[in-house]
Amino acid sequence: MDIKDIIKPENLVYDKSKVQIDTIMHYCPGCSHGVVHKILSELIEEMDIQEKTIGIAPVGCAVFAYNYIDIDWQEAAHGRAPAVATGVVRLNPDKFVFAYQGDGDLASIGAAEILHACNRGENLLVVFINNATYGMTGGQMAPTTLNGMVTSTTPGGRNIDLNGYPMKITELIAQLPGTSYVTRQAVHTAGAVRKCKRSLKKGIQNVLDKKGTSFVEVVSTCSSGWKMTPVDANNWMAENMIPYYPLGDMKDSVKGGPVSEN
Amino acid sequence: MKGNEVLAEAAIRCGADGYFGYPITPQSEVMETLMARMPWNETGMVVLQAESEVASINMVYGGAATGKKVMTSSSSPGISLMAEGISYIAGAELPCLVVNVQRGGPGLGTIQPSQADYLQAVKGGGHGDYKLIVLAPSSVQEMNDFVDLGFELAFKYRNPAMILTDGAIGQMMEKVELADFKPRWTKEEIKEKWGSWATTGKPDSRNQNVITSLEMDSDKMESNNQRLQDKYRKMEEEECRYEAIMCDDAEYIFVAYGTSSRVCQKSVEIAREKGLKVGLLRPITLFPFPSKIIGKLACKAKGFLSVEMSAGQMIEDIKLSVYDAGCIARVEHFGRMGGIIPSPGEVVNALEQKFL
Repeated sequence: MDIKDIIKPENLVYDKSKVQIDTIMHYCPGCSHGVVHKILSELIEEMDIQEKTIGIAPVGCAVFAYNYIDIDWQEAAHGRAPAVATGVVRLNPDKFVFAYQGDGDLASIGAAEILHACNRGENLLVVFINNATYGMTGGQMAPTTLNGMVTSTTPGGRNIDLNGYPMKITELIAQLPGTSYVTRQAVHTAGAVRKCKRSLKKGIQNVLDKKGTSFVEVVSTCSSGWKMTPVDANNWMAENMIPYYPLGDMKDSVKGGPVSEN
Repeated sequence: MKGNEVLAEAAIRCGADGYFGYPITPQSEVMETLMARMPWNETGMVVLQAESEVASINMVYGGAATGKKVMTSSSSPGISLMAEGISYIAGAELPCLVVNVQRGGPGLGTIQPSQADYLQAVKGGGHGDYKLIVLAPSSVQEMNDFVDLGFELAFKYRNPAMILTDGAIGQMMEKVELADFKPRWTKEEIKEKWGSWATTGKPDSRNQNVITSLEMDSDKMESNNQRLQDKYRKMEEEECRYEAIMCDDAEYIFVAYGTSSRVCQKSVEIAREKGLKVGLLRPITLFPFPSKIIGKLACKAKGFLSVEMSAGQMIEDIKLSVYDAGCIARVEHFGRMGGIIPSPGEVVNALEQKFL
């Protein structure tokens, strides 16, 4: 049987989301961004919210997120996505607004903006890609870089005496009463992808239900920045990142509710 | 009413959708007045105190991208913090209104009035080749009028507009005739007017709208830059505003805006009583700068005195205007700094010392 006999519409069991733009991606092989973009595109289609959705892109590799997800987008300055999202959602409360940010963007230069947006309980979803490095600029130390981790600005490994501690910003965010759902997920295995999709879906639904800020961290790989193959990067992440950044829900309640036992 | 209070009232009345700000002297009354007025009950206008000027200008950026009428106000140090965001807004070609109630600098400087942010305002202020439309009110009435005008020009050119005023006019109380209420634009009106670019949510019927200042292809980026420059040239052709007082027979002309122009009005009277043929040219738009009229005047006047509450910033634009006109009129500067407003007599003395 020829392959052409198999590729027929009636044999289709899985298709790319219509919200995902059919184009060449600039992301490196093995990068987690592509997977998270795919999940978001699927959810926007499945939940039928394309016309309601406004995405805020960060500075970093995901600066080009608008090339891949077919919705209205705004490109924010470095770290300012939560403030931009605040402006959008306050003036357009009927929209589903999400800010998509990396670790340098969110936890370093934009630390004030994310803390205050979450503290105000802005009705939006924050998608936080934590790959412990500045991928776009060539793999420099990020606030979430692990102790001892080699980067282009910590060639001898991150030194806590010199550089401070890897920042668990999601744990900080979970303390803020403005947030209703705070979780940490990953996309390095098929199971993790399914769980992450469930979390993002809950985050989106919370926003539609006006429950305040939902925050989904995705512990991610940066094979180029880490100078590893995609497979090695996945393994390294599972062995080193996840023990320090454990997966799971930190808070799943309502705005103003207590931090859960998790 | 106070100048700062009028800014707030004018924003509500002109149908603004949102104000985002951070407290700083001498303009805190703008947000205080808005919060006391509670326009969200009356017109639906949103007022939010941000965590910083950096955040407030980015909230403005977010709101402006959805086709809404949004504004912020601050004073000199706060405007410096906003410079990043203003550059992005100009680069992404979004309309908004920024008010700078200037105080003295550099650094923390003083809370007293100043005009030392002229160059920052008219040359752009942040990184990259861009311009703001800069309006300079000289009375509380103009504080009122320029809110609506600022929004009108901002939307006409899809460019940030700035009201450049100072602590004296912000704190001053004068009689003012307020404008009638204009309704805020409805969702349908916004889609109809600005649907070609605003992020109102992508329906199947159109392509995605993306608000960005980023372009990696140098040829495309250069054409983006060129489009901006063409827009600024068009502003220069069409939007120059000024007031010429007793300039027709003047041998010497004060050039001053805002608070210093009020001083110079009195200085003209004193000088005329002394028999000196003196006039005042008051730029109302600082960008576009009224170069043509200055060039025209330069061909018959003997000299210009730039009167500023700064070390001399606008004088550069006056000199360029005279140079471009091919004339040889002398251009001198007189100014006070540190939050001091010059007296009318001081200005006349300066004129006599420098020219006579």
